[in-house]
Amino acid sequence: MGRLIGRRLLATIPVILIVATVVFLLLRLSPGDPATILAGDNATPEVVASIKADLGLDRPLPMQYVIWLREMARGNFGTSILSKQPVMTLIRDRLEPTLVLAISAIIVTVLIAVPLGAVAAWKHNTWIDRAVMTLSVVGFSVPAFVIGYLLIMVLSVWANLLPVQGYVSPFIDPLESLKHLILPSLALAMVFIALIARIARSSVLEVLGEDFIRTARAKGNSEKRLLWRHALPNAAVPIVTVIGLGIALLISGVVVTESVFNLPGIGRLTIDAILARDYPVVQGLILFFSLIYVGVNLLIDIAYVIVDPRIRY
Amino acid sequence: MTLIRPTTISRRSALKLSAGALLAFSTRAHAQGKKVVKFAPHAALRVLDPITTPAYITRNHGYLVYDSLFSIDSDYRPQPQMVREWSLSPDKLTYTFVLRDKLAFHDGAPVTAEDCIASIARWAKRDVVGLRLAAATDSMSAVDAKTFKIALKEPFGPILDAFAKPSSVPLFVMPKRIADTPPAKALTEVVGSGPFKFIASEFRPGVSWAYERNENYVPRDEPPNGMAGGKVVHIDRVESIWFPDKQTAINALLKGEIDAIENINADLRPQLSGNKDILLRREFGPNASTIRFNWSQPPFNNQKVRQAVQQIITQRDYMDATVGDPNSYQICPALFGCGTPLEFDTGAVDHGKPDVARAKALLKEGGYNGEKIVIITPGDVASFQALAPLTQQALRSIGMPSEIESIEWSTFLTRRNSQAPVTEGGWNLAHAVFDRMDLVSPLGNPNFDARGPKGYTGFVNDPETEVLKTEYQHATDAAAQKAIAMKMQQRAYDQVFYIPLGVYFDDEAFRSNVKHAAESQIMVFWGMEKT
Repeated sequence: MGRLIGRRLLATIPVILIVATVVFLLLRLSPGDPATILAGDNATPEVVASIKADLGLDRPLPMQYVIWLREMARGNFGTSILSKQPVMTLIRDRLEPTLVLAISAIIVTVLIAVPLGAVAAWKHNTWIDRAVMTLSVVGFSVPAFVIGYLLIMVLSVWANLLPVQGYVSPFIDPLESLKHLILPSLALAMVFIALIARIARSSVLEVLGEDFIRTARAKGNSEKRLLWRHALPNAAVPIVTVIGLGIALLISGVVVTESVFNLPGIGRLTIDAILARDYPVVQGLILFFSLIYVGVNLLIDIAYVIVDPRIRY
Repeated sequence: MTLIRPTTISRRSALKLSAGALLAFSTRAHAQGKKVVKFAPHAALRVLDPITTPAYITRNHGYLVYDSLFSIDSDYRPQPQMVREWSLSPDKLTYTFVLRDKLAFHDGAPVTAEDCIASIARWAKRDVVGLRLAAATDSMSAVDAKTFKIALKEPFGPILDAFAKPSSVPLFVMPKRIADTPPAKALTEVVGSGPFKFIASEFRPGVSWAYERNENYVPRDEPPNGMAGGKVVHIDRVESIWFPDKQTAINALLKGEIDAIENINADLRPQLSGNKDILLRREFGPNASTIRFNWSQPPFNNQKVRQAVQQIITQRDYMDATVGDPNSYQICPALFGCGTPLEFDTGAVDHGKPDVARAKALLKEGGYNGEKIVIITPGDVASFQALAPLTQQALRSIGMPSEIESIEWSTFLTRRNSQAPVTEGGWNLAHAVFDRMDLVSPLGNPNFDARGPKGYTGFVNDPETEVLKTEYQHATDAAAQKAIAMKMQQRAYDQVFYIPLGVYFDDEAFRSNVKHAAESQIMVFWGMEKT
């Protein structure tokens, strides 16, 4: 296990370098620049050029790249061109709402989707199975923002049960935080519940057809014990894989939910920075996401070993 | 650049840091019994320096925390704000300004003449009217702590209008130590002498920001009038919360989670009108939509072709299609704004009905060869979305084929500054939307920047207009200025600098327990009360 972790961490370095270079080039070669945004829509070309020079964006591209790499090597991810706040401060400020939302959504997803999929497999070809699959299709088809608006309309505006928007840190007020998280977590989790329920169903169905299940049944195990004690653990590997992929997708996919529920998370920060061409912030965020994906993949591989003792690296 | 080391903090410390940093995310009032107004602004605040950027959100932020030497009233006339009295020498070359008593910055330092001079100098390096004033100025000097003189090389008639310039970039007064910063370097320290103080510790760029009442602010005695008059504050705190989704802001207002929304457009108004807990008020300051031509490229480098398009565009068609409710728009031929001192319809071409025959005749006269017109438009900006299809339809009616290229805002701004041919990424026609405050000054109105390739996008090239602007600047009485402005407007219509498409008013929305301030060109919080 130690060798696995060590190898993965070493492999991170070239990955980060490649990602950093690609992002740097993509940003600078695409149309639009922060000078234009800063100058505003009433600015003349000479004002834009003057701001560009002030920001050092008129320097040759290789020079800008070398300067940036050098600063990054020193751990300096720069400051936002617009707000002048350090990039790491911005990321740190906006990280908690996204992580809390993502973790809440994952918990909701796992608690709902895995049992739902397992029960659907167990009750294969019954009305329960069909109901779960129908809900799954609905979950895939309806966009998160539509679900979000519906939840707000029904549970916030009409029923006055929950707040419409905003974020409260669970470290400050856990109860208030929970109230603010219920709706966005549900909205965000819906598509993943649909996905993971289907994966769980397929995986458990496949395992339920195995010889060892027949043997366990012959030995007198109850159906419930068969499902939860024997089938589900053996079906866990593909489920864990999808959950792991889902975590990564979730973090990058929260932007719509953050916008609808006005959560000040990292998804919104990313979109805002891209639209404003705030180069240091975008670069810092992409690198951060890369580290997240590398970390999540490593955790998934570790989880495999725990879930399936036959797997060794 | 601030050096930041990679963090190796403990988990406990990280949690503490997060909790501390995120304390400001709580939407509860920070002190019991304080009157707090929570409102949803039209955009997210990121840049704090109102000189570096002309962004309206930064301008609006500036009006809360800074004060100005002069401000415009509801008739767009300059009124003294920080200035108690002023005089002009008989040769019209020396202005003397005396500041009001007890003016002080938020850090406690008194506002002095030196602060004013430094602020004027910084503003003048960035603002188009300021640049003209700076070129006409021989010297600025402090006579005493509260008095300063401006000695001009040549007359500059609209100097008070320049000091009262309401929109990007307004002249806000800052401490000299801050105003001495080159305008290219954006300020991050916000110290003004305005009715509110900016709470820097609660600034979350793009998320939320807050202000508290400046207890030491001394308002003028007059009642509030536009952006001028007495700025008396009755609330303790303003919390601005940016909502990327306007529907969420509306839902939050309905539920009482916020108290006001800066602007609601006609599409969303029905959700709030008729609700007994919500008050809607038409904005005092409208927006003006326009068509801009690219003068640097054919076919719109040809006056006849521009005039042809002018013949078929009517403000009513555009306003009916984009706004709908006649109570929310105004047909306005005045290029310096209706309801302003320079309102006149000199040279106006819009007769209410398209003249297709005349347009086609002009196209023939101009030798138009059927080139496809490339219309660029920002697909992600709501106020632009309906304009391009309408223009395309109008062009089609006179046999001008066109193609709409919908691009995102930053790309749109960059491309609109391009003077390259269409085949090399250029453009022929675009739209622009302005706050009326940007249009009131003949010297500052971007639509009258006629310097060609060096000028505002569209690259209008008309040396005669630049001469008229200089004459305007030298004119020292209102009648002479008006006569020159009329000539400028006539010229703009004749040469078709651009085509005005009408002005429209959004609504401000308030909870019924918020008594809103007197009418002003932007939403202000002085004069506002909350029960």
